[in-house]
Amino acid sequence: MRKRSNWSLPYLIFLIIFVVLPLILILVYAVQDGQGGFTLGNITRFFTDKDALSTFAVSIEVALETTILCILIGYPAAWILSRREYNKSAVTIILFIMPMWINALMRTLATAQLFTILGMNLGKGTLLFGMVYDFLPFMIYPIYNVLVKMEKSYIDAAVDLGATPWRAFWKVTFPLSMPGVASGVLMVFMPTVSTFAISEFLTNNKIKLFGTIIQENINSSMWNYGAALSLIMLIIIGITSLFSKDKEQAEGGLV
Amino acid sequence: MRKFAARAYIWVLLILMYAPLVFIAIFSFTESRVLGSWDGFSTKLYQNLLTGNMQGNASLLSAVQNTLIIALIAALVSMMLGTIAAIGIHNLKGRKKQAITFLNNVPMINPDIITGVSLFLLFVFLGISQGYLTVILAHITFCTPYVVLSVMPKLQRMDSNIYEAALDLGATPAQAFWKVLVPELKPGMISGFILAFTMSLDDFAVTFFTRGTIGLDTLSTYIYADARKGGLTPELRPLMTLIFLVVLILLLVINIRQARIAKKNYIKQKLYKY
Repeated sequence: MRKRSNWSLPYLIFLIIFVVLPLILILVYAVQDGQGGFTLGNITRFFTDKDALSTFAVSIEVALETTILCILIGYPAAWILSRREYNKSAVTIILFIMPMWINALMRTLATAQLFTILGMNLGKGTLLFGMVYDFLPFMIYPIYNVLVKMEKSYIDAAVDLGATPWRAFWKVTFPLSMPGVASGVLMVFMPTVSTFAISEFLTNNKIKLFGTIIQENINSSMWNYGAALSLIMLIIIGITSLFSKDKEQAEGGLV
Repeated sequence: MRKFAARAYIWVLLILMYAPLVFIAIFSFTESRVLGSWDGFSTKLYQNLLTGNMQGNASLLSAVQNTLIIALIAALVSMMLGTIAAIGIHNLKGRKKQAITFLNNVPMINPDIITGVSLFLLFVFLGISQGYLTVILAHITFCTPYVVLSVMPKLQRMDSNIYEAALDLGATPAQAFWKVLVPELKPGMISGFILAFTMSLDDFAVTFFTRGTIGLDTLSTYIYADARKGGLTPELRPLMTLIFLVVLILLLVINIRQARIAKKNYIKQKLYKY
């Protein structure tokens, strides 16, 4: 037994080289000037760079709006799909999750093309529309998963004890489904806040998101500033994932 | 009435979600170079795609080929690395186990762009010239955690005594591994492999940052470059249609099979009970 724990060693070394070291390198490059000297200039540059700051604000805004829209549209869908009286067919569920298995770039391209043909102006509206299109399955699926596994007798008990179905939903079903919502938020917010190609397609480059300026800096060999911007995104992601994880654990303990 | 409203909601959502895909599929059956104009029914784009006879767009086929080769290699290596890692992690205890599990989660939480940028910096730092190898290494990095997560539950459910019993009964460790461990873990390994394969196929950002400047294209980076140029290669339409169909059929087959297995198990359980 003791010996087999050594089997994790190759992977541990792999993780250190390809996960830990690269993340440290982001930090290192972020606090270096072009010549390799220490500087905080890259980070302070971001906070004084009006364009970067407004792009950052737009990204957070778009990601939040997409996430909220996905919850508002996706939750009812997940709920309906999880109820036997409304949906008996597994094919409907497969149809809902199928887009998760198809290249997001391809789907976005199809969406953007359709918008253009329909004569819609590519901009903020199409960006939100397209992002919701792309990420809705990632919200529906985890919520559906939680709802379908939920003990139905809890709701029956609430109703037997005199709760209206509406009240039973808000007091029992909804709180119990929070872990699903939390992982849905994680699966929608993270990619939307960090995307770059998708937003370019959907707005015809009119609206820049934070991911785009990271990509532009890296591609034009401004590695240090690009790394500093990546570091800022990493911090946002870290905060989000901590928040969702706490939520998940807290709610998970309830069951 | 409520039932009708619920069904209508689901169907409206599905129709909206699938509109772009159906739109692409319809226009894959016309020759028009420009998407959205209908030049009459034709299967010429399919013929072009399948015979590889594309005017100046032959790189689409090599992009498809690259995508498949990279996904296959990355998924295979991830499956082996991840399975061995899962066995190791399963046998670790306490802090060490927590630490490596946390590290395993990092690539899954990291957004693609961070994984891409950080690996780009790694390869720059190490002075490795970027191309096929770096893309495959990068894909292995974000695929392996999914394999570990797929194999772990199988290990937890497995009776660890069987492996020891095999050793006691005179099996060499290699025999015990191949004849006892691997068959037990196979379902987890296979689902890990499929997950890894599809993650790799789906990837754009990580490939974009680690492919270097040698002109290596996968389907994703090809589409990205193509869309930026403006005119979209018409043969992408039949290609996308075929991919949608293959994925849909695969999912249906897998799910129908799973439903059948679940049903069989259910009946078996009932039989044992009575």
